[in-house]
Amino acid sequence: MASEKVKVAIIGSGNIGTDLMFKLRRSTVLELTWMVGVVPDSDGLRRARELGYKTTHKGIEDLKDHLEDFEMAFDATTAHAHYKHAELLKQWGKIAIDLTPAAIGPYVVPVVNLDQYLDHQNVNLVTCGGQATVPMVYAVSRVTPVKYAEIVSTVASRSAGPGTRQNIDEFTETTARGLSEVGGAAQGKAIIILNPADPPIIMRNTVYVSLDKDADREAIKGSIEEMVTEVQRYVPGYHLKSPPIFDEDRVMIMLEVEGAGDYLPKFSGNLDIMTSAAVRVAEGFASHLKTRKGRPERREESRA
Amino acid sequence: MSAKKIWITDTTLRDGDHAMSHKYEVDQVRRIAQALDEAGVPVIEVSHGDGLGGSSMQYGFSIEEEEKYLRAAAEVIKRGRMAFLLLPGIGTRHDLERAAKIGAKVARVATHCTEADISEQHIKMAKDLGLDVHSFLMMSHMTSPEALAGQAKLMESYGADCIYVVDSAGAQLVDEARQRVRALRHALEPKTEVGFHAHNNLGLAVGNSLVAIEEGATRIDGSACGLGAGAGNTQTEALVAVLDRMGIETGIDLFKIMDVAEEVVYPIMRQRHVPRIDRGSLTIGYAGVYSTFLLFAQRAAEKFGVETRDILVELGKRKMVGGQEDMIIDVAVELANQAKSKPRRAEARA
Repeated sequence: MASEKVKVAIIGSGNIGTDLMFKLRRSTVLELTWMVGVVPDSDGLRRARELGYKTTHKGIEDLKDHLEDFEMAFDATTAHAHYKHAELLKQWGKIAIDLTPAAIGPYVVPVVNLDQYLDHQNVNLVTCGGQATVPMVYAVSRVTPVKYAEIVSTVASRSAGPGTRQNIDEFTETTARGLSEVGGAAQGKAIIILNPADPPIIMRNTVYVSLDKDADREAIKGSIEEMVTEVQRYVPGYHLKSPPIFDEDRVMIMLEVEGAGDYLPKFSGNLDIMTSAAVRVAEGFASHLKTRKGRPERREESRA
Repeated sequence: MSAKKIWITDTTLRDGDHAMSHKYEVDQVRRIAQALDEAGVPVIEVSHGDGLGGSSMQYGFSIEEEEKYLRAAAEVIKRGRMAFLLLPGIGTRHDLERAAKIGAKVARVATHCTEADISEQHIKMAKDLGLDVHSFLMMSHMTSPEALAGQAKLMESYGADCIYVVDSAGAQLVDEARQRVRALRHALEPKTEVGFHAHNNLGLAVGNSLVAIEEGATRIDGSACGLGAGAGNTQTEALVAVLDRMGIETGIDLFKIMDVAEEVVYPIMRQRHVPRIDRGSLTIGYAGVYSTFLLFAQRAAEKFGVETRDILVELGKRKMVGGQEDMIIDVAVELANQAKSKPRRAEARA
């Protein structure tokens, strides 16, 4: 049975990679084979070894003699490292699911546009804020034209790692692009706030979407609720804090994202929604691979 | 008191923008900037209240593009230097670069008092562009003096020329302000200046500014007529008068700055909002809440039929930080729902 699953590797044994490992254990279509790190005594590699996965602390190059062991790789390292990893994965004909801000491939938010990119070799997960809020913007823009969407992501200080902290503009700029390119708003803006309260706050997202005065509020409300249900299929802790609040020229949508608490604490909904979305994307690729016979050649990137 | 000279940064055109609900006209900004400059104010801050990029649904849209305000002020500031505020997470390095090109000479880069490390790239870029960097540790009552000094050291290591103890909630008692400024002065290199930014929610703005000077602060923020969030800031003209009496030089002409406040700023603010210590702003100081929340909480209270004070106290309990204006709605909705489920209590309050 296990041999029918699609084999995957995780590059990066930090918090995200380790949480991914725990999520993949539950997948009925994906089989984790390798956990790749660079720090020999990292907690992630230690746990991977304990759980019986193959591990290396020598980076992605070590996989070159084990190409039969994986069809796809999750990259949970850094943008800088992903540029190099992306080259190798492309040479090897492996699908790259990029959780870094590198964004070599197109932005993918599973409930919105995954189907469009199943023939691509490299896709990017935008940002945690993007995964949380783009579905809401899309839920509105599929009902009525959206000129402007703005989101505010508030995360607990403890769940914002050094990567986010040192590149905070990358978060706001990438998320804003996601709101327009994937969410369908003509213009997007993103704000991130870190809150150090202890006990830590659960990830909060507020989505503002501009509306014409005569927009169909009932249809918008219905579309939002439907989308929340869809996201909940892979992020059970994703929910509306209150019904959407309509004002004269806008709707305000308040979301809370509680993590599954696999490896990361529950308040880290921001990290959980990334790993959950990544698994969802990989599962999408896996079923797509299965419906096509044999081992398809990966197509060249054609970025939109 | 050792200081013989204090540099005042006037923030009528930045913190005052909160009180103006971001409705400054470009011409008003030009007139105020010119008048402040002619009175001898050494640093004049111009930005949306929430800094560059702050014009938004979350914080309120300015009526004109940011660039127009900055250009208008840059054209008329001749003697002093133009500053801007930037909060990483809201504004970006792109915004910073543009403000520098327009002519700003001082970057004020602000983070919550425990999150200094998100400002590294911005501070470094500002230094690379040849700007002076005055860093802000906001809501500084929420952490200990020692921890605050640690965060200040980080900002200093990125290149900041001055680190401000920012009492965003106007919540610090005299001794709390003193301990914080002292901790920074003690921890930082002698060449790094220490500044103090007050809000007058508890009526302590001028007093705490003086205590900060006693402890070695050399830069103090003020605004004409105190125009700023909550009950407003340290009133620039009052501070200038006090320092003058104390024999401390500010370079600002006292009678001229009085006239700026009275003849230029007051007629403009009068049309919008005159900050004072009312029960709303007093609650902010008392509960330790971001001063900017005042007008938002008042609007939310009206919209959802709850009390401003209840919202503010709850925000304080939840330890909300600057920028979380969306949580005001969240709290108001919750309070309204609670009131519905407990009708008797709601009636008793009405």
